[in-house]
Amino acid sequence: MRSRPREAGRLKTRSFLKWSPWILCLLVLITFLAGAVIGAVTIPLPAAVKAMLGVQSDTVSPMHRLIVTQIRLPRVLLGLLVGAALAVSGTAMQGLFRNPLASPYILGIAGGASTGAALVILSGTRSPFLLPLGAFAGAAVAAGIVYWLASGRDRKTSIFTLILGGVAVGALFSAVTSFLIFLSSRGEHLADILFWIMGGLGRATWLSTYILAPVVGIGTAVIFFFARDLNALSTGEEGAFHLGVNPNILSRWMLLATTVLTASAVSMAGTIGFIGLVIPHVVRLITGPNHRTLIPISAVVGACFLVWADLAARTIVTPAELPVGVITAFLGAPFFLYLLKTKGAKL
Amino acid sequence: MRIFVDRVSFSYNGSPLVLEGIDLEVNGSEFVALIGPNGAGKSTLLKIISGVLRPSDGNVQLGDSSIGTLSVRQIAQCLAMVEQERPIGFDFTVREVVAMGRTPHRGRFARETPKDRGAIERAMTLADVVNLEDRSIRALSGGERQRVFLAMALAQEPKALLLDEPTTHLDLRHQVQFMSIVQERAKEGATVLMAIHDLTLAAQTTDRIALMHQGRIIVTGPPTDVLTRRHIRQAFDLDVIVGSDPDTSLTYVLPSIPKPNHKTS
Repeated sequence: MRSRPREAGRLKTRSFLKWSPWILCLLVLITFLAGAVIGAVTIPLPAAVKAMLGVQSDTVSPMHRLIVTQIRLPRVLLGLLVGAALAVSGTAMQGLFRNPLASPYILGIAGGASTGAALVILSGTRSPFLLPLGAFAGAAVAAGIVYWLASGRDRKTSIFTLILGGVAVGALFSAVTSFLIFLSSRGEHLADILFWIMGGLGRATWLSTYILAPVVGIGTAVIFFFARDLNALSTGEEGAFHLGVNPNILSRWMLLATTVLTASAVSMAGTIGFIGLVIPHVVRLITGPNHRTLIPISAVVGACFLVWADLAARTIVTPAELPVGVITAFLGAPFFLYLLKTKGAKL
Repeated sequence: MRIFVDRVSFSYNGSPLVLEGIDLEVNGSEFVALIGPNGAGKSTLLKIISGVLRPSDGNVQLGDSSIGTLSVRQIAQCLAMVEQERPIGFDFTVREVVAMGRTPHRGRFARETPKDRGAIERAMTLADVVNLEDRSIRALSGGERQRVFLAMALAQEPKALLLDEPTTHLDLRHQVQFMSIVQERAKEGATVLMAIHDLTLAAQTTDRIALMHQGRIIVTGPPTDVLTRRHIRQAFDLDVIVGSDPDTSLTYVLPSIPKPNHKTS
């Protein structure tokens, strides 16, 4: 008798998995259209579609065309890429650490990136390249230090030291950022830094999507390549070894891929929280823990979730804009608490 | 497949030797038990044979190959391990866990073939976990979980089976069932090496016993030759009663515990 509810759940999962490619395509399409239509200026759906497809028509005003192609489309694309990168990194980190509290920021990446960004902002340069570069460098330095701390003489990586090192290095870099904020006397810089730390898609350009798209594509492909190994790793490091999976090689690739993915996402959009933590959980509850389905579905769900959160961020207090990190936390945290309360044992 | 341990010594990062000059040979169709007190080096030896640890000195051969020349996947294709306990990170179903046993035999993105399915179903039937198929591994008792991990190892279709205290969580009936499954594997040609504390169970089920003490094997041989009061006192520093059931002629080992003196007034 005890097994009944479980079987019912699994049946639902199976039929969902069968339909999931179609459901997810539809979700992306709707998200795309919503991102183009909704905003401070509402653009009629036919006009938005024509503008996106580049169809010449008298019914599309030049202003609408400009808004869709130069502002909203890059922003939606950046949202999709950043959301996918964070959700996939979160899935990989939770799989690697076998810990539901792992997130893409576990290696101190958020702290490192904000220090890098704050340094660039305070230096007063206005180059569009320097800010993401500084943030990426900061993130890479933080993750590098943590990885170096955890690497033993026998070339094995201690998961335990990684987690503790990540917390400590992240805190250290956050302290440096706070100190930099304290030093900055000019309010303009302060607002810039804070907005960056809270995260947002406001800096989206076509160029940023061109840079991020191949990184997210390759990073996700690498993590998906190791999906089966992540499944084996859920039986522990020795368990994985007995199933023919070398846990050291696996963890090295996972750390490299998630560091590059997360650092790139953060360098373009700031430190947006909760997507990497919550999305893998939600998807795991629907699809089960098999990483072969979990990774691609998390990518799509994370991507769409960030675009919808961004839509909320830019419409709730128009014409002003909320940092999207505030929205993801507002939506993500209560939902996470709800999951903990109701399905705690399964997380 | 022959497992050949040749003068293996081991120490963790230069600390005192945990294993010292171990020689052991286990052949196909043979079921051998490793016994000895806590800290004698049984688990460490199993970890070296399975390639998790590298010996500081000496060599291990699986079949014709030295273990150092085999990849992790090649080792897993011929050798499976069942431990006393294994963590499980997520909410997998029993079927999914057993199917993981096929990992070393399947291509990275390959779908389940009829051969895989056959191996999984046979393993689940043997280990008596078919009725748990759709249950979450986390919802199971320790004993049920142990049977699932045995099924996973059987689905691996290994030529050699290493067992480290596999019966700890099992009730009496499932201990017997577990042992008969393993004996059956040995009869079919598998090489089986098992570390175990239950000396009676070892005596009744295995072909040969190796007694370990302080990182060395002090005696190997048939159960009746190894399980003597003298050997056990030497290794465990304990007096035992070794007997034989007159009806079945099965050997048993009982600790001889002195009764406390109850003073009557």
